[in-house]
Amino acid sequence: MPVPASPIHLLDPKASYDAFLTLSASLLLARTPPDAIEWNDSESGAGSLFDPTLTPDELASFPRIDEHTSRITERLGRRGKLVAHHADPDRWDLLYRIAYRLSHGRERDLLNDILDPDTRKLETLSHHVSRDMHKMKAFVRFQRVRDAEDEQYVAWHRPDHRIMRLIAPFFVGRFGAMRWTIFTPHESATWDGQSLTFAEGIPADQVNEHDQVEELWKTYYANIFNPARIKINAMVKEMPKRYWATLPEAQIIEDLLQDAPARVRRMIEAQSTSAGATPFLPPRDVPLTVLAEEAQACAGCPISEMATNTVFGEGPPNARIMLIGEQPGDEEDRAARPFVGPAGQLLNHALTAANLSREDLYITNAVKHFKYIPKGSTRLHRRANPSEIRACKPWLDREIESIDPDTIILLGATAGQSIFGAGYRLHQSRGHRLTHPNIRATIYPTIHPAKILRAPKHEQPQMLEDFIQDLRTATQSPSPS
Amino acid sequence: MELARKLAILADAAKYDASCASSGSKRSRSSKDMLGDTNGVGICHSYTPDGRCVSLLKLLLTNYCIYDCRFCVNRVSSDPPRARFTVDEVVWLTVEFYKRNYIEGLFLSSGIIQSPDYTMERLAEIARRLREVEKFNGYIHLKAIPGADPALLDRAGRHCDRLSANIELPTDEDLQSFAPEKTIETVDLTMSCIKDKRDESRAERKVSRKAPKFAPAGQSTQLIVGATPSTDTTILAQSSRLYIQHKLKRVYYSAFSPIPHADGQLPATTPPLIREHRLYQADWLMRFYGYTASEITTPDNPDLSLNLDPKHAWALRNPDFFPIDINKASRKALLRIPGIGVRNVNRIVKARKSKRLKLADLRTFRVALNRAQAFIVAADWSPPDPINDPLNHEEEKTADTLKHAPEPARTKHLHDAGTAALFGEF
Repeated sequence: MPVPASPIHLLDPKASYDAFLTLSASLLLARTPPDAIEWNDSESGAGSLFDPTLTPDELASFPRIDEHTSRITERLGRRGKLVAHHADPDRWDLLYRIAYRLSHGRERDLLNDILDPDTRKLETLSHHVSRDMHKMKAFVRFQRVRDAEDEQYVAWHRPDHRIMRLIAPFFVGRFGAMRWTIFTPHESATWDGQSLTFAEGIPADQVNEHDQVEELWKTYYANIFNPARIKINAMVKEMPKRYWATLPEAQIIEDLLQDAPARVRRMIEAQSTSAGATPFLPPRDVPLTVLAEEAQACAGCPISEMATNTVFGEGPPNARIMLIGEQPGDEEDRAARPFVGPAGQLLNHALTAANLSREDLYITNAVKHFKYIPKGSTRLHRRANPSEIRACKPWLDREIESIDPDTIILLGATAGQSIFGAGYRLHQSRGHRLTHPNIRATIYPTIHPAKILRAPKHEQPQMLEDFIQDLRTATQSPSPS
Repeated sequence: MELARKLAILADAAKYDASCASSGSKRSRSSKDMLGDTNGVGICHSYTPDGRCVSLLKLLLTNYCIYDCRFCVNRVSSDPPRARFTVDEVVWLTVEFYKRNYIEGLFLSSGIIQSPDYTMERLAEIARRLREVEKFNGYIHLKAIPGADPALLDRAGRHCDRLSANIELPTDEDLQSFAPEKTIETVDLTMSCIKDKRDESRAERKVSRKAPKFAPAGQSTQLIVGATPSTDTTILAQSSRLYIQHKLKRVYYSAFSPIPHADGQLPATTPPLIREHRLYQADWLMRFYGYTASEITTPDNPDLSLNLDPKHAWALRNPDFFPIDINKASRKALLRIPGIGVRNVNRIVKARKSKRLKLADLRTFRVALNRAQAFIVAADWSPPDPINDPLNHEEEKTADTLKHAPEPARTKHLHDAGTAALFGEF
């Protein structure tokens, strides 16, 4: 005596599950075997509840039906409840079969036997539903509704299973302070700040708000990923393409992937430009004059193209004292000589005051080209950046090697950074004698004369005096043995 | 500067921090006007094309920095475009993104501006604003700036879920050459300060549930891999120490990436992704499989094998430990079988109560039998006996054994399993 069709109320899987449980309890009491029932989950039956052959009155006439129902509910547990929301049309068969085996098959331990096919199926289906719920928590994207008087949000999402009612409490818990509606193809849920209501689902194209914040979200998404480590499979595994339609960020994935190799190339190129001047260097031990000549052709960094001349160091090849400044300025660039502009004149003045003769010194710069931005007819000085300082360093190394001075005076922070690396701080080093493992000379840091020119008038005399004193200290103290 | 431009710069600058976890903390909405909750399980709201999860809005407050760490794109001597968010902007972005369900919360770090204290204060202020003014109840992970005043760490910890100080490199020597402003000692002090305050808060909360929480999701850290010559042994020893001493929840390993404008001293190659992966596997072995750091590498091979996963490598070095009878062995022993993870160990322990397990049962659990089989005994399987196996004798005769001493059959068999593993998943 097969029990006939039992259509399910599609809108509400929870009510369906309750109906299933009561019906199952009565069927189990009648010891109806699983293969004697045909569970029907046809969509055409939408709107109708279970249609058991037994009326509610008849159902209620079974002794202790409620007690039996709750026992089945308990035994099927959390997994049973989840599976009731699965889209698999055979889920009711499975649930009843398990309920039957638990109560009449002397298989009390069935659900602990994780190798049993029914137990495994229950596990698999409930896992599907859990995962679907988890993905819905993740992938619902609210859009703020335009023209709404108070803040209102809508979202459209396509879950794989009928999970709207299972998941709605999560969104209330999290977004209870907002008013929102989440639409799915089967059902929608609305929270008005007080209560939750469910209604029919709608197709995706009926939700088409546009939210400005989405653009910021895409900006974030595009910049937070590392193009040097593309792993598309890992992405798609966790964010399957069927969800992409409602994820604003998914719209730009294609573009990001296309651009990624170029972005990595730019990253690596930016790093590799530090090869700098090395390819332009002549062989070791050439005379200083040859070195200066070769430097004219250097194109080891971008600023070499802007400048008129390479401004190389000048002074006698046997100089005992070497001065290293920052980089040439406008006048130096035109004259192709270091320290001939206003800062150079101040330097000359200070040298004289310190009893030094410029003719005896070798004077050069950390960077050999003038860097500027054109503004009308003038050229505004720009400070060389770390990669440009690094690019030019091989020339400075060769100058130091060739002159092999006893004393080096660093004028300003750039010179110090060139020699000691970017961690160099002038204010920490000034007043100390420094050494460097690759340099024989004792090194004295002081300020760049241009700094005095930029200082307020009333501070200049003192600064100049300190500067002169630094030059004296550097050149008068005994050389290291 | 326009907000979108700042966001682009400061998200880009934040992407080198691997952590994105939003788990381990529970906050339910205790009043109606609160926004958000945190329910202990992290949610990945999106995935980027590098396969990484987007759970938190990961930003730098600013990428200006007075430090000069050579591996870092934001080092003072580097020249990327710089930007700085206002407190309002970070708060606004977090709330608006959260309301649209893009994120679980905020992960905020920063370049060091002015001083560690000044920076830490800004970070703590953003967390305070989110909690107290915006009633934000989502997840907040703040970077603890090593060397910041304990009072500021305290303020930060009251409002955030996780506080983490990055150690960056495993030894003081590495730090001296690559992150001259940092020392292991400073990072240690900050970490132990966080640990103490967490312990204190938990003790107080046992007495009164009203006592404030302190960084309830604990602390984590990050180590950069491949920028210095330090071996995996050194790295794992440091991780192990941090787990034990400061009760860290996680150590993140980040393969050194080619970074724009990174220092010329560093290798300009693609990041060592497999090495990073192996370190995570080794880390997992320490945390969930009962291995100690010293078991995972050997003095002869201080680096993890790139070809073999560390668990398999250990098994090959310890053939005497095997085979393991899956129907009898302790949980602890089961955990040492290559190809069987924690979940399958649980399944085996549960299933063997009802029956003696066969290979087919393991297949049902999707055990990676190509790796596991050589190491186990099942109801219908034991690995070939080294003495009575005719096949092995055959091989010994024909194999080129002139130069090499013949391998013991068991080791040979295990090595075959190792080869199988090579073609398994990375």
